[in-house]
Amino acid sequence: MKVAVCIKRVPDMEMRFSISGDGKSLDQGGLKYEMGDFDGYALEVGLQLVEKHGGEVVVLSVGPDGVQETLRKGLAMGAARAVQLKVEETPFDGLAIARGLAAELRDGGYDLILFGRMATDTANGTVGPMTAELLDLPCVTSISELEIADGRGTARRELEGSAETMKFALPAVLTIDEGIARPRLASLKGIMAAKKKPLEVKPAQLGEARLVVESMTLPPDRPPGRIVGEGADAVPELLRLLQTEAKVL
Amino acid sequence: MAPVLAFAESRNGELRKVALETVAAARQVADALGGEVHAMLFGAPGVAGQAEALGRYGADLVIVIEHPALERYSPEVLAATLTHRIQSAEYRAAFFAASAEGRDLAPRVAAKLGVSLASDVTGFELQGDAVIVRHPAFTGKVVVTLRLIGTPALLSLRPGAITPAENPRTARVETAAPAMDPAAARVTVTETSARGSAKLDLGEATIVVSGGRGLRAAENFKLVEDLAAAIGNAAVGATRAVTDDGWRPATDQIGQTGRLVSPDLYIAVGISGAVQHLAGMRTAKTIVAINKDKDAPIFKIADYGIVGDLFEVVPRLTEEIRKVRKEH
Repeated sequence: MKVAVCIKRVPDMEMRFSISGDGKSLDQGGLKYEMGDFDGYALEVGLQLVEKHGGEVVVLSVGPDGVQETLRKGLAMGAARAVQLKVEETPFDGLAIARGLAAELRDGGYDLILFGRMATDTANGTVGPMTAELLDLPCVTSISELEIADGRGTARRELEGSAETMKFALPAVLTIDEGIARPRLASLKGIMAAKKKPLEVKPAQLGEARLVVESMTLPPDRPPGRIVGEGADAVPELLRLLQTEAKVL
Repeated sequence: MAPVLAFAESRNGELRKVALETVAAARQVADALGGEVHAMLFGAPGVAGQAEALGRYGADLVIVIEHPALERYSPEVLAATLTHRIQSAEYRAAFFAASAEGRDLAPRVAAKLGVSLASDVTGFELQGDAVIVRHPAFTGKVVVTLRLIGTPALLSLRPGAITPAENPRTARVETAAPAMDPAAARVTVTETSARGSAKLDLGEATIVVSGGRGLRAAENFKLVEDLAAAIGNAAVGATRAVTDDGWRPATDQIGQTGRLVSPDLYIAVGISGAVQHLAGMRTAKTIVAINKDKDAPIFKIADYGIVGDLFEVVPRLTEEIRKVRKEH
C-alpha cells in the first residue's frame, strides 16, 4: 500500500501572536513552528496502515525551505521519503495549494492520500477535498474512525449531534480528525535514520491565488472580568449578575 | 441581474437552521445587485415541502432535487448537481454553511468549478469584482480579512454568524434531477447514527457547561450534566485533558483541536484555562469560571468568576437555578 500524507508547517498555536508592520502577516519574532495538529493524526493513520498492510508512506509539504524541518519530523516518525513542493510563500488559497499537490500526486500511484482535516493556521479545511476533485478521486472528510480491507474503506465522520458511516473505493483522499490515533513520538533511532532518508525538493506549480490576505488583526481583548466571590455563598450574586447584568439566564 | 445561490442544508427531510442563514446571506448580496436568490434543496421525496420556509427567508426560487438515494448525504451527487446548476447561469456568488456537511461539500464544488472558496467566514462585503470576507484563523487568535477574486464567488458561512430575518416572498419551485446517477457514487453513506439525538449539539446550543480535570473523575461529570439540565437548554462540553482520559467522548472536546463554540453563556467548571481550550470558547458572549485556584488563567478571560470548591459551588448553583426556573 502506498500512502501519501500531506502535512503543513504551522506556527505553534500556544504562542502569543502579534501582527507585523505590513498589517497582513504575523510578526515572525519568537514564532516557533511545528507540524499541524491534525496532520500529525493523518501521518499516524498512514504509518499504522503501512505497518499492517505493508508498503510505504511519503510525506509532502508545500512551502519555503522551513518545511524541510517538518518533513524531517515526518521521516523521523517513520515515513520512507519526503517531497517539498517549493514556493517562497505558502498562499492562503486552498485551491492554489491543491493544484500544486495534485500535479505531484497525480501519477504517484498512491492508494491513499491523507490530510489533516484542516491546517490550524489558515483554518480553511479545503485543500483535501479540492485535491480529491482535481484528481477525480473519492473523498471522505473529517474521519474519526477508519478501516481499510480488500481495496475498500469504511470511515466514520462526526456531524452536529450525529455521525455517519461512509464506504468508499480505493484509491481515495481522506481527511483525518483528531482522536483517531495519537501521533507517535519520534524515537532517537528514528531521528537519526531520518537524516539519511531522501527529501526531494521540487518547484511547485500553484497557479494564481485568488483568495488573498488583505489584512490581519488581533481580536479585541476581552474586558477584564471579576471575581464575584468565594465558595458557594457567592452563587446568589453570580445568578443575579447573569440575570440582570449579562441577561443570559 | 446575476442571481445568487444558496445551498439549503437539510437533514432527515427537515431544513437545518444554517439553511436559513445561507438564504439570508444570499439575500443580502442579491439585494445589493438587484438579483434573485435561488436556493437548492436536496432530499428524499417529500423534501419539497420545505421550500415555503426558504421563501419566507428570502428565496425567490427553490430548486428541489428529490431522489430516494438522497435521504442520506451523497457528496458526489450534490457536488455534481450544484456545479451543473452554477455553470448553467451567471451566478455571482454561492453560499454554503461551514457546517459538517457544508465544509465537506463546498470545496468539492469550488474545485469542480475551478474557483477559490472563502471558508468559515463571519462577515462579507461585495467590493466591485471581489468579495471581502472576514475569517477567524490561527485558532481564533487572528482575524484575517481576505479578498476573494473571481465569479462565481463561493463562500461558506460560520454557523450563527448571521441571524436570519424573515423577508417573505412566495418562492417559485422548480424540480430538477440529480446531475449524476446516485447509484454511480463512489462514496456512500451506509449508516447514520443519531448519537444522543436528544442532546443538544455543542455548536448550536446557546448555553454550554463544560468540565475539566478539576472534576477529578468521570463520574463527577454528573455535576456538570445536572447543572446543564437545570438550565434547560444547555449542552455539555469538556476539555482535551478530559476527553484524552476517556472521561468524555472525543466529540465533546472544546478547544483548538475540538469544537469551536460561541454560545451566549459558557460555564467553565474545574477548567484551568489552557491556551488550547481557550481557543475553542474565547468568543463566547459571557464566560463564567468556577475554579479553586484563584490564579487559574481561566479567570483572566472570565466575565464572572467564583473561587472555590466546585463540589460545593456547582450543586448550589444547580439548586438555585432550579428554584429560579420554577418561579418562571
